Amino acid sequence: MFKLEFVKYKNILDIDYLEIQGDKITCIVGESGSGKTTLLRLLNKLISPDKGEIYFMERTLKEWDTIELRRRITMLPQNPIMFNGNIRDNLLIGLKLSEKPLVKDEKLKEILELVNLNKVLDEPTQNLSGGEKQRLAIGRILLLDCDVYLLDEPTSALDEGTEVKVMNSVVEYIKSKNKTLIVVTHSKRIASSFGEKVVEIFDGKVKV
Amino acid sequence: MKNIIDINIYQLLAAYVFIVILLLIVRKRGIKREKEILISSIRMTFQLIIMGFVLVYIINNQSALFTLLIFIFMEVFSVYNIYKRSKVELNLKIKKAVAISMATGSLISLLYFLFIIIRIDPWYDPRYFIPIAGMLIGNSMTGVALGVNKLVDDIKKRKDEIEMALMLGATPKMAVKEIIDNTFDSAILPTINSMVGMGIVFLPGMMTGQILSGTSPLTAIKYQIAIMLGILGCVAITVILFLQLGYKTYFNEEAQLMVE
Repeated sequence: MFKLEFVKYKNILDIDYLEIQGDKITCIVGESGSGKTTLLRLLNKLISPDKGEIYFMERTLKEWDTIELRRRITMLPQNPIMFNGNIRDNLLIGLKLSEKPLVKDEKLKEILELVNLNKVLDEPTQNLSGGEKQRLAIGRILLLDCDVYLLDEPTSALDEGTEVKVMNSVVEYIKSKNKTLIVVTHSKRIASSFGEKVVEIFDGKVKV
Repeated sequence: MKNIIDINIYQLLAAYVFIVILLLIVRKRGIKREKEILISSIRMTFQLIIMGFVLVYIINNQSALFTLLIFIFMEVFSVYNIYKRSKVELNLKIKKAVAISMATGSLISLLYFLFIIIRIDPWYDPRYFIPIAGMLIGNSMTGVALGVNKLVDDIKKRKDEIEMALMLGATPKMAVKEIIDNTFDSAILPTINSMVGMGIVFLPGMMTGQILSGTSPLTAIKYQIAIMLGILGCVAITVILFLQLGYKTYFNEEAQLMVE
């Protein structure tokens, strides 16, 4: 799915070679500041490498139209932002921004259930806790029906029990749709229980 | 109608009593504004005296060249003033956006105003061209100055939100839509508000001037209404042009946000 060759970004990341398979759940682990988030941002083309090439489906990222690429490869940042409005607005905004057809409330409720968020759609998002916002943000990108999901510490604000529950259903959902999942995490538990492939980044380099 | 009462130099000097009162107030209260008050009163006095002489000369020796030179001078000065008054640091690209939008926006509005609404003849008649250009450019300058500060500030402050929208697949235009809309709104709001009190408490400068010089208040009002609408349109055009050009300077061709 992805191939990185001699990729260098500032003095943060320096990867000679890395291949990420589409059909396996990849967990990227490493200490904070090691360059994990930068790697995801490169894959989402939010930034471009100073040197080297990144390939997505055999084409370099440069060859892809950026907007089209981001509509296929979506990313969830570590501290997802809530937009003004209620839960429904925040679920639908992803579809609106990526110009995909909107869905009915039933589908939105299904997604809320999937991310283990027991709330009504009309509830304003400012009432939500950090963990609830995080789950809502996961739900928001699952609705987008992308080819690749890049999740940056998706469960950092969740307690242990909820973390496993949410990850279980997210992984199951993405697998059932034959999509690709790449998760950055510092949680060894997530990496060992869900990662079918674990990539460790140390000081900007892939640890072999 | 009676001719306007000319004020002699002593009468004019007597008007500076108002500045003296202000200086006394700030000095007594220890507000550190004396220097600015003095400098701005002196600048205002000299700028107006020079402008007075220039206008007398230009009106007596009407020529397209002089009118155009004054117009260009006003544009350059207003753009420079926006750069100087900006509270945020402006890069070269955004400065270019300011200059292009000020020049294009005010020129379009001015041409429409002079040739469709007033229909002046000859086209460079300085009695109309210069004061109307001044009002349009001056008000646009205030609008764009507000817009620049807010746009630059908001893009930096709301960087995470813009990137979040990009990650979700938004185009740069969609990602900054709310910022652009809010900025546009706050930049034109002062102009909209200034229309509300007009004619009730406050007789605007141009109208007052025309009435004092003996023009019928009804004619003066017609001019004032037209110029208010012109100002509003001109501010709106320059600000929206600036915002459209301005936000693009923060994105590269790969739709990546270029804010450190």
